[in-house]
Amino acid sequence: MKVKAKDLLLDGILRQNPVLKLVLGTCPTLALTTAAMNGVGMGLAVTFVLICSNVIISALRNIIPSKVRIPAYILIIATFVTILRMVLNKFLPSIATALGSYLPLIVVNCLILGRAEAFASKNPVLDSAVDGLGMGLGFMLSLTLMGAFREILGTGCIFGVELWSFKIEFFTHQAGALFTFAIFIAVFVGISNLISSMRAKKMIKEYSDKNNEVKEEIA
Amino acid sequence: MDFATICAIVFTAVFSQNFILKQFLGICPFLGVSRNIKSAFGMGVAVTVVMTITCLITYPIYNFILVPLEIEYLEIIVFIFVIASLVQVLEIILKKLSKPLYNAMGIYLPLITTNCAVLGVAELVLGSDLVTNLLGAVSFGFFGGIGFTIAIVLMSGMREKLNALDVPKAFEGFPITMLIGCFMAMAFYVFA
Repeated sequence: MKVKAKDLLLDGILRQNPVLKLVLGTCPTLALTTAAMNGVGMGLAVTFVLICSNVIISALRNIIPSKVRIPAYILIIATFVTILRMVLNKFLPSIATALGSYLPLIVVNCLILGRAEAFASKNPVLDSAVDGLGMGLGFMLSLTLMGAFREILGTGCIFGVELWSFKIEFFTHQAGALFTFAIFIAVFVGISNLISSMRAKKMIKEYSDKNNEVKEEIA
Repeated sequence: MDFATICAIVFTAVFSQNFILKQFLGICPFLGVSRNIKSAFGMGVAVTVVMTITCLITYPIYNFILVPLEIEYLEIIVFIFVIASLVQVLEIILKKLSKPLYNAMGIYLPLITTNCAVLGVAELVLGSDLVTNLLGAVSFGFFGGIGFTIAIVLMSGMREKLNALDVPKAFEGFPITMLIGCFMAMAFYVFA
């Protein structure tokens, strides 16, 4: 169980990163990464909704008829988003304002519905909760990194603290968002291609070494 | 509602607040259904229809039911319920009325329920200063859909040409599409 939980977490954060690998939930990623703090706020909000909805959907997976499962999932997700919105409006109004209309739009975030359909509807409650946590953390991590990148280059600040006065305003605009996202995915894909080709080479080498040993033995 | 307000709504919805390139709503179909012009246009038309009818229904529901009863906090659940049922009803009607139209548009309809542009327009018309009555809300929805269609059709035209080009391996697929989107967003930047 312990190994599996670790695997699920790693899958969400790195190997199956929802933003950089699966490219789900692109709208808030592009719109909210103007500052690193937004990334943290949105990431936490999505993680909360994802864990709660995964747990409930997984618990009800044998009760919900498969014909009406999508509307049922959406209603469950919408309920948690409503709860989240009420709580944020009451206790953390600054975050609620920063997220703006993207807070209610968590309902139609493909990441949450995607995980409900691909994972929670087939797996037990605890695994689904861990999957939600991993995916949420992966989402938060990528959003925060992209937010930090755009904030440093675009405004010369990080988490609102000024570093220097050098700034490239391009990165604060919409075009900068798309540019940053493209570069991040390309770098992620490039690195993972590199790692997998290195692994393949290593395996081939090990295999041929073994073959040579066998040949020598025979000889 | 005078002519100038309508013009302002049209310009805002199509250009200065373009759903895809300015607000980043509906990015999934923008990246996913823009491989060729025909399917991009079909998606655009389907989204425009759904956005218009959504505004027509959700705006009165919010102002005449949710506000008097003081249950505004239920708006997300009510809106998503309206959109999901609307899409389902449209699909059934299309299937009965016209087979060719269903074949052309039907496959895009299920995707629209989870399109952020539709729920987004329902939320945006409530917060917009320009929209003061039902006509304003409906035209905002309609022209928002037109803006969406323009962006997605332009994108698909460029992607059709892209097939003939040789792009670096790491940039294949999403990254190169986003770079094209980046240049389109730069062009739309002048409509600030």
